[in-house]
Amino acid sequence: MAITREDVLHVARLARLEIPEDQIEHVQAELGAILEAVGKVSELDLEGVEPTSHPLDLVNVWGEDEPRPSLPREDALANAPDPADGAFRVPAVGS
Amino acid sequence: MGVIDTLRLTAEAAAGLLERKEVSGQELTRAYMDAIDERDGELHAYLHVVGESGAGVPIAHKDLVTTKGIPTTAGSKILEGYVPVFDSTVAARCKEAGLPILGKTNMDEFAMGSSTENSAYGPSHNPWDPERVPGGSSGGSAAAVAGGLAPWALGSDTGGSIKQPASLCGLVGLRPTYGTVSRYGIVAFASSLDQIGPITKTVRDCARLYEVIAGRDHCDSTTVDLPEPVRIPTGENLEGIRIGVPKELNEAEGIEPGVSEQVQKAIALAEELGAEVGETTLPRSVDYGLACYYLVAPAEASSNLARYDGVRYGHRAAGDGDLTALYERTRWEGFGAEPKRRILIGTYALSAGYYEAYYGQAQKVRTMIAQEHAAAFEQFDLLVSPTSPTVAFKIGEKAENPLAMYLSDLLTIPSNMAGLPGLSIPCGLSEGLPVGLQLIGPQFSENLLFRAGHALERALGFDFVPERLRHA
Repeated sequence: MAITREDVLHVARLARLEIPEDQIEHVQAELGAILEAVGKVSELDLEGVEPTSHPLDLVNVWGEDEPRPSLPREDALANAPDPADGAFRVPAVGS
Repeated sequence: MGVIDTLRLTAEAAAGLLERKEVSGQELTRAYMDAIDERDGELHAYLHVVGESGAGVPIAHKDLVTTKGIPTTAGSKILEGYVPVFDSTVAARCKEAGLPILGKTNMDEFAMGSSTENSAYGPSHNPWDPERVPGGSSGGSAAAVAGGLAPWALGSDTGGSIKQPASLCGLVGLRPTYGTVSRYGIVAFASSLDQIGPITKTVRDCARLYEVIAGRDHCDSTTVDLPEPVRIPTGENLEGIRIGVPKELNEAEGIEPGVSEQVQKAIALAEELGAEVGETTLPRSVDYGLACYYLVAPAEASSNLARYDGVRYGHRAAGDGDLTALYERTRWEGFGAEPKRRILIGTYALSAGYYEAYYGQAQKVRTMIAQEHAAAFEQFDLLVSPTSPTVAFKIGEKAENPLAMYLSDLLTIPSNMAGLPGLSIPCGLSEGLPVGLQLIGPQFSENLLFRAGHALERALGFDFVPERLRHA
């Protein structure tokens, strides 16, 4: 199944990646080739097979509810590109 | 004590020198720093050299192991300048064990690759032949150990990123059973597959380092207690061990004849050492493993890499616009080609309308692969195959073709999908370059892998010092 230009733009939007106009075609071709290769999984009839999401058989790992010190605010902000007033500053949400 | 030969010195021997006070921690670190000065210009194994010294044997960490106060980039521009404010559990355990940090090693960006050519900071070079790749993604760790720039190192393995570089550099690499080593503070790629493990010169060193890092961690709820303590192997025979040779893993298209030849010799040697060897089958695991992996891993990556948004840490793009525009520009600029490719594939595989056909189906294939391995382990204690279909390839040879590069992990991926441990040990040379033997065991069979790996290593007598660097 070929992936269209619209598919590429849709997926890029979902993934929050701004593909420059002059690279869309290249990305489309690459994704198409990879999706064709991985689409091989659909050849198998696995009706009734349980999906695996995790390799170990672990269920409900509980921990004691013990308070521990959390990261100090200045540490949490230490790597921020634009900290302001003890917070992360970002542009307006939607404009 | 004369000059310390860092190319030859094992971690175990280094520990002996320290215990007997024949060298000080400072002298030991000095020897590695001198070697780094001499050879890292050529090998580019390190992204950051720290040069700590202490009571124990120094170590190099792959640059996705979060280290407090020491830059951690995961080989990506998007984390350039990031200095963690906490330690990962494995870094903390190494610290508690007294292992000072020599530095942080190069890697394919976010551990996505098989050659280190996807590092945003340029590739590492194979100490056996600097025109060739050291493998990846833990290629910097492998180049550091094989090049005598670290006695041992940590790597991470998602699809083969410890086993394959160990193989290409003539070293021992363990991908532990999923859940035995904490992922807390490891820069995440594919959470149901990522495991941290040792890259070392000998199986005994490997067991010693595994002992330091393994065990349950309350910060990672996917970890479990080891069912038995780690045993440092001593035996030299394989009596009582049944070794299965899966046809599909040993006869796959693309395995070089020189690789096959060395692996066959090692299998014959295993028989001489007392192992019971027989053919077995993994009917569809090899055929479908790669496709399964390249859906599951990118799907998980697309979720894990959502955190790089230019807000809390890392690169932020300049320019006007709203928050969404900032995310989209930051991420396009900050990620290299391979992470972007995988984020897009993973997002597509998880998106409405395609989820069942791609991701859902891949999860079922994963169950099928686990069942096929379980069936093989009904008759055999261990499985064996080449680790990599090829010896180290030339830098640039596969860089332009993602699908060709993905084939590097053809033989390591199936057992990884099943959550099984795998040990790669060097078993000979083909065209003057190391060939790795992959031993696969059931979950939590690390002690058996160490025992078998050690016995084979002793019998094989492989010299881990790259030929061109051996002193007359």
